[in-house]
Amino acid sequence: MNGLEIPRILMGVAVMAVVTYLLRMLPVVLFKKKLENPFVLSFLFYIPYAVLAAMTLPDILYSTASLLSALAGLAAAVLLARMGRGLLTVALGAAAAVFVAERVIALL
Amino acid sequence: MENPSPFQKGLTGGIPIGLGYLSVSFTFGMMAVENGLPAWIAVLISMTNLTSAGQFAGTALILSNALFLEIAVTTLVINLRYTLMSFSLSQKLDPAMPILQRCLLAFGNTDEIFAVAMQQPGAVGASYLAGLITVPYLGWFAGTLLGATATGLLPPAVRSALGIAIYGMFIAIIIPPACKLRPVAQVVLLSAALSCLFRYLPGLRQISSGWVVILCALAASAFGALRFPTGQPDERDAGKEGEA
Repeated sequence: MNGLEIPRILMGVAVMAVVTYLLRMLPVVLFKKKLENPFVLSFLFYIPYAVLAAMTLPDILYSTASLLSALAGLAAAVLLARMGRGLLTVALGAAAAVFVAERVIALL
Repeated sequence: MENPSPFQKGLTGGIPIGLGYLSVSFTFGMMAVENGLPAWIAVLISMTNLTSAGQFAGTALILSNALFLEIAVTTLVINLRYTLMSFSLSQKLDPAMPILQRCLLAFGNTDEIFAVAMQQPGAVGASYLAGLITVPYLGWFAGTLLGATATGLLPPAVRSALGIAIYGMFIAIIIPPACKLRPVAQVVLLSAALSCLFRYLPGLRQISSGWVVILCALAASAFGALRFPTGQPDERDAGKEGEA
């Protein structure tokens, strides 16, 4: 459990859920005006990708038993994603590359 | 069905979305359990959040024992786009829809449900929207449950390789739009580069990872919005070079 406690996890889940719900609910109830500012529109469009990119690098390099197997997983993920594969295929493909790389490293 | 009710029409419209959600939430359930969360919490997260990027990022923060404030701000930033969608959806809703129904249905405003609802001719009523949300919601639930329980059955050597799955998922979300739209590619690279700087430069290393993600994402997106303010996916000229 990585030293995680259930009440703390639940509190974190509640924080996520409440913030997400308020973002969806408040505009429907409070505002009538249309958003047209191109800076704001593009900013909102870019944000999710930017967040995930910052979460991926460099953390992905430390998500496996060794840097080498992580690089193998990263390469597999980028390759599969560039081929337009879905989330599950990319995630499992990366894991498979890590699995193979770790077996190979163990043999060396 | 000679004359399907609005609810039935919504249900049918939601089937493709629900099927798409199955594999995404399966991946999420797998990732959450693999990283140490109990299966029921993975399911609870899906049931209360119903977002992809937002709940993945939030879950990663929970797993790293981040502060609640970091979780709140990251969720806020990554899900800010829902505010925009709810603005638009709000204008599309049947003006007679009571406020309580608006509040309830706003919960189901995901990217895909929003996109389908906005394609409907005329105003969108509560029954149709409720139908449209139902199948994706069930798909999101079932996929998470299956992914979370299937992971427990795998041998340990396979499970350890799954630690990378969450990042694989992130990459699968980032890469396709980055390949299609040059501005997205630049924003993504800038954000990742900044994040590496924070990790490896002495002095910056002390800042906790949640804040680093927020700072990097805000800076990279602001750069993108200033330099390429036409980054919207529906604008054909997006990604043209040499405009800025």
